[in-house]
Amino acid sequence: MRALAVVSMLAWRNLWRNHRRTIVMVSAITIAVWAMIFMTALMRGMVNDMIRDGIRALPGHVQVHHPDFRDDPSINNLIPMSDAALTAAFSRSDLDGWSSRVKVPAIISSERESRGVTLIGVDPELEQSIEGIGSNVAEGRNLEDVNDGGVIIGRKLAEKLDTELGKRVVLMSQDPDNEIADRGYRVVGLFEANLELQEEIFVFAGKATLQKMLGIENQVTEVAVLAADYRDVSDETEQVRALMNGDVEVLPWQELNNYLGSMLKVMDGFVLVWMIVVFLALSFGLVNTLVMAVFERVREIGLMLALGMRPASILGQIIVESILLLIIGLILGNTLAWASVVPLQDGIDISAVAQGMEMFGASSILYPELTLDDIVLANVVVLVLGFFASLSPAWRASRYEPIEAITKV
Amino acid sequence: MSAVRCIDLCKTYRQGDQDIKALDHVTLEIKQGGFVCLSAPSGGGKTTLLNAIGGLDSPDSGEVWIAGKRIDNLSKGDLAQLRLTQIGFVFQAYNLIPVLTARENVEFVMQVQGVPANERQEKSTAILEEVGLKGLESRRPAEMSGGQQQRVAVARAIVSRPELVLADEPTANLDSKTSDELMQLFVELNEHHNTTFVIATHDQRVMSYARRLIRMLDGRIVDDINQRAA
Repeated sequence: MRALAVVSMLAWRNLWRNHRRTIVMVSAITIAVWAMIFMTALMRGMVNDMIRDGIRALPGHVQVHHPDFRDDPSINNLIPMSDAALTAAFSRSDLDGWSSRVKVPAIISSERESRGVTLIGVDPELEQSIEGIGSNVAEGRNLEDVNDGGVIIGRKLAEKLDTELGKRVVLMSQDPDNEIADRGYRVVGLFEANLELQEEIFVFAGKATLQKMLGIENQVTEVAVLAADYRDVSDETEQVRALMNGDVEVLPWQELNNYLGSMLKVMDGFVLVWMIVVFLALSFGLVNTLVMAVFERVREIGLMLALGMRPASILGQIIVESILLLIIGLILGNTLAWASVVPLQDGIDISAVAQGMEMFGASSILYPELTLDDIVLANVVVLVLGFFASLSPAWRASRYEPIEAITKV
Repeated sequence: MSAVRCIDLCKTYRQGDQDIKALDHVTLEIKQGGFVCLSAPSGGGKTTLLNAIGGLDSPDSGEVWIAGKRIDNLSKGDLAQLRLTQIGFVFQAYNLIPVLTARENVEFVMQVQGVPANERQEKSTAILEEVGLKGLESRRPAEMSGGQQQRVAVARAIVSRPELVLADEPTANLDSKTSDELMQLFVELNEHHNTTFVIATHDQRVMSYARRLIRMLDGRIVDDINQRAA
């Protein structure tokens, strides 16, 4: 402990001996830490946005389907529990939000165009609780209840169909007997999504109206459940499995959309690689600074050894000097990163490249996300790798023979 | 008990193609409280002998005993502990740690020894006054003259009351007046505290202060004079 006090004092004083060099090194560490945290916040924001948009399109964090529904999302693969039984079971649970839905492939036709879409019959009240895309109506009105006779389509789809609010469209699908089931609907609302693709493919109608059209009264194809934290939905998944009877498939979003699920892990790995690469670039400067600092102080180190200071204390002195340098850089780097992210909380408009971004599911507004985990990771990477980088010059310093060092010219 | 005892010390350096005998079967005993000068021309072996006595250099053969304890076979760590607790050093130049003040330099050894802060301050204040540096406690080496720096080094060497002080050419970079003052200080410390001084020098003025003068040549002791008796 007493040795630590001595070496800490010497390390601190030596740090400011060549203050210009120290300032340059601290600046390099500050910028590296800023780059680690700020760029990670941007990437994390972009990826999380992609994941959230993907989850909204699913929607929900946990879904229930017939076991064959994912391979064949047709009307024949209904959940083998009645909608009333599902409502009774889920209403008793303490889940944050849930909604039962009818989801079938369909053709939508205006008087000018036809397109293939995913037709979703929803209960507007339940749908609000899972924050689905259909609840984000930008123009017109939302569906009023399960018996609503109107549809909500995406703004982009309206453009493609060359139709507008108040006009009628025809939706056509198949019933369980493989007969054509169709009905005319009035467009009552236009929704907007972050991704144009979602505006083109989803059409929302009243659940009871759609069940009637398809001849599947009181039956649904999907239950979507919202979890407290999308990163970990294991508890909710187990809870939903316990609520279900019969042959159903209960899957978390990571398994429903493997691409989205793997993005989280890929992002975590990428962040670590990014931080290590930045540090490696920084470590050359750090090691060079320490080598120079040791080289300048050979005689002084020899003197301290001659006076009875142990080699371990010399080793500690150089390491403490490096750690102090890193800590100052970390404090400044963290502060700078925080000061850079906070003003950008309302998002960065990247609409100039949005179409390219949309190809891999990112929206045109980028929201940086500063997470405690990423900040801690950046700090730990810098401190731990900095410690190892300083070992070599520190070891060299501690190996000097006192009398050779003290007489070195 | 002897403060220093060297038995048949040999040390050879290789310089180019030649072997240089820095110590050639040196045997020597110095009593506690002795004031000894080692005198030799450059390359005569005085610094090598001083380093061997101080545990800074290991002899090829022979034995070194300090205060009744053999030290030539000690580990690096044990030698560091010996230097820390039993020996004070004054070198020719580059004696002080530049980032520490005069007081901190004096306290350095005590701090490494683990002496409490208040005791350190008390001792450093007293010793700096004793060596005539009262009022300069907060100055760093770069703000002091060569003589003042050597006084700080002497203060550091004796502040924890070592049994032995080894000084290698302590006056080499000093003018004659400052050299006399420093030697006077050594004599006073030797007389008041019974500290053993072994000083390597080729300065006649320094030799004149010694009670015992050991002359070396080519690594061998060629003369051992008790000057007080003379």
